[in-house]
Amino acid sequence: MNDFIQSLFGPNGVNVWIAPSSTWLLATILFTGAGIVVFVWVALMSVIGTYAERRVAGYMQGRLGPNRVGWFGVLQPIADGIKLLGKEDLIPAGAAKWLFRLAPILVFCGVLIPYAALPFSPRLVVSDMAVAIYYILAFEALEVVGVLMAGWAPNSKWSLYGGMRLAAQMLSYEIPMGLALVVIVLFAGSLNFQQIVAWQQTPMMGIEDPNILGWGIFRSPACFVAFFIFFIGGLASAKRAPFDLPEAESELVAGYHTEYSGMRFAFFFMAEYGAMYLVSALTAILFLGGWYGPLPLPEGISPASLVELWNTNTAGQESFWSACQAFISAPVVLTTAGAELIGFINLAGKALILFFTMIWIRWTLPRIRIDQVMHLCLKVLLPLSMIAALGAAIQIVIMN
Amino acid sequence: MALNTEKFISQVNDLSAQGNLHTEEILVNMGPQHPSTHGVLRLVIQTDGELVAQAFPQVGFLHRCFEKIAESVTYRQVVPYTDRLDYIASMNNALAYVLGVEKLMQIEIFPRAQYIRVIVAELNRIASHLVAFGTYGLDLGAFTPFLYGFRERELILSIFEELSGARLLYHYPRIGGVAKDIDAKIAADIRAFIKTMRRTWPEYNALLTENQIFIKRSANIGVISAENAISYGLTGPCLRASGVAFDIRKAQPYSSYEKFDFNIPTGQGTKGQVCDCWDRYWVRMCEIQESLKIIEQALDSLPEGEIRAKLPAVLKLPAGNVYLPCENPRGELGFFIISDFQPKALRIKMRAPSFCNLSIVNKICRGVLVADVVAIVGSLDIVLGEIDR
Repeated sequence: MNDFIQSLFGPNGVNVWIAPSSTWLLATILFTGAGIVVFVWVALMSVIGTYAERRVAGYMQGRLGPNRVGWFGVLQPIADGIKLLGKEDLIPAGAAKWLFRLAPILVFCGVLIPYAALPFSPRLVVSDMAVAIYYILAFEALEVVGVLMAGWAPNSKWSLYGGMRLAAQMLSYEIPMGLALVVIVLFAGSLNFQQIVAWQQTPMMGIEDPNILGWGIFRSPACFVAFFIFFIGGLASAKRAPFDLPEAESELVAGYHTEYSGMRFAFFFMAEYGAMYLVSALTAILFLGGWYGPLPLPEGISPASLVELWNTNTAGQESFWSACQAFISAPVVLTTAGAELIGFINLAGKALILFFTMIWIRWTLPRIRIDQVMHLCLKVLLPLSMIAALGAAIQIVIMN
Repeated sequence: MALNTEKFISQVNDLSAQGNLHTEEILVNMGPQHPSTHGVLRLVIQTDGELVAQAFPQVGFLHRCFEKIAESVTYRQVVPYTDRLDYIASMNNALAYVLGVEKLMQIEIFPRAQYIRVIVAELNRIASHLVAFGTYGLDLGAFTPFLYGFRERELILSIFEELSGARLLYHYPRIGGVAKDIDAKIAADIRAFIKTMRRTWPEYNALLTENQIFIKRSANIGVISAENAISYGLTGPCLRASGVAFDIRKAQPYSSYEKFDFNIPTGQGTKGQVCDCWDRYWVRMCEIQESLKIIEQALDSLPEGEIRAKLPAVLKLPAGNVYLPCENPRGELGFFIISDFQPKALRIKMRAPSFCNLSIVNKICRGVLVADVVAIVGSLDIVLGEIDR
């Protein structure tokens, strides 16, 4: 059974630690631990995201932004979190109580579950799945269900409008986003992130190590178009301005989370920032080289998995501590660890630049109307993404 | 992109008549507590999904008995109450009231006081249009223009603070003149503001006016024809955006407006039809430039002399009535004052421009989307303080 899981999941990630002889208990403990780490990362992103959002907005608007709690106001999001914890948990009269309670959980899960397949560096991934892109797209759709529940359950008209708008918006933008992914998948020949990034490292037009030039976005005109389609679709699915009309405060008060307060509201909030980082990281991995470039990765990285590295470098050691020492001092382990760190910086840096771009767009542009959102998706992005996918297919046939 | 709403509604009706589709209209209360009704306006909207069938404005949530109070206090004591009507443009309100009283008293105002009144009225017009600019961006989801507008408005408020000691409700125009003279420092401040405003005005256009999303959201929405505008009693930028070049400062000049050279910006339909939301917005933006011109001329030719006429301690107006219209940032503002030779007015009736401008909402909100209602109400630039009084 464990063999089967490993064959499904691929050569990296937590699943590697589950030896074929180990028990289900160990697998459960490992995956729970990884889940907690990812949860903390999402919470961290929402903390950094709120702080950055408010400071950047302040800077753009010629004002200060939060600067009272902690050094330059860095503790402001934590203060906000504590405030939200202390808020009364209101359930409106006439609400469908269980749907109302379930909705924030589903929305947050819809953002958290895709993180299981999202790599943070070459090897730092909960599970390196063979069908990672497919998995992420599938579980992102869970958020739509949660938002529809949040729209329906509180028995409020504003919520209903917000929920309906979001369902229409997210479902339609998944199509051009999916087709933009097809372009990359066609070129890379895989749904696995490791192989997609490896494709971006392959020599291009005679250059052995193309670095930035080798990124997916520069590989083909189709990829260039697909990048923008994917990022716009990502903005729409993360409900960021100018596509924030499900929660448009000037029209729908607060859209689908109008009636939510306290921690239930905080979960919607965390889900938004989690989704922002998810979309940014996905864009960075698929189109901007992932952990490859602009900082060069060191030479001599071992392609072996962590378990294999441990086994080869600690062979012949008697005690656990000496094995650890041998493992840490082995040159191949050091370069691989360095590559992990540089890869993490590369990927997180690019993702955070895209994250900043989202904030920048939000504080610059007005909001689009619902019919214009649909018009943009179905009459502009969808044909464009189809042409891009077709162009990619033709290019591959001609080049081969 | 215009939405073919009539066709859509008829299709829906056909389908529901055949029993294939059961749709129900929802009645939504937009306000009185709502982020974009510019105060405590309540709009009862009948919607079919996102389409609006009817939008009824309900007013009166901010009623403070201004007209009744004005009958029970002396003429001089009414001035601070007028500040609280259209609290975005207090100077213009007080000016309209004192001009009416002075006309009934038939007293001459010193030229310097007249010029100072023009300067503060135009400064307040700019401040008001900056708020309109900012909140209109806010209504359409752009947050940053709001703070840009407030940044420049802050300079005006500081000038007013020097002049009157207050930042929002000034009590500055008095019956017979103004409260304080413009000295060299304030004049320099005003000139500095003109320079700043001329520099930042193109920034606003780059940020909001020429933004494609903004144009798509506001052009061809809420079109008011010139006939409709006149028959609904629209005045101010809403009327001028319909292509009617009617400005009381030109048509019936008061407070020596006839001595200044300025244009009346009208709607040209640059981005869509004439008098869509974009045109109304653009007329206000152009009026900022015209006001700057007026202020500059008034400062250059500011006559020397007194600023306040000597009047008796207890004002008793001659029996009779008066109505003197003034050009408020929102349109024609006038106070109809009936006097019976007593220290208090027998009746004061106010013609509030926002009240008349709001009356057209139900006419132009039929068949638009919910988001357009916000855009339309925002483009009318109403202030509930003077609607409910």
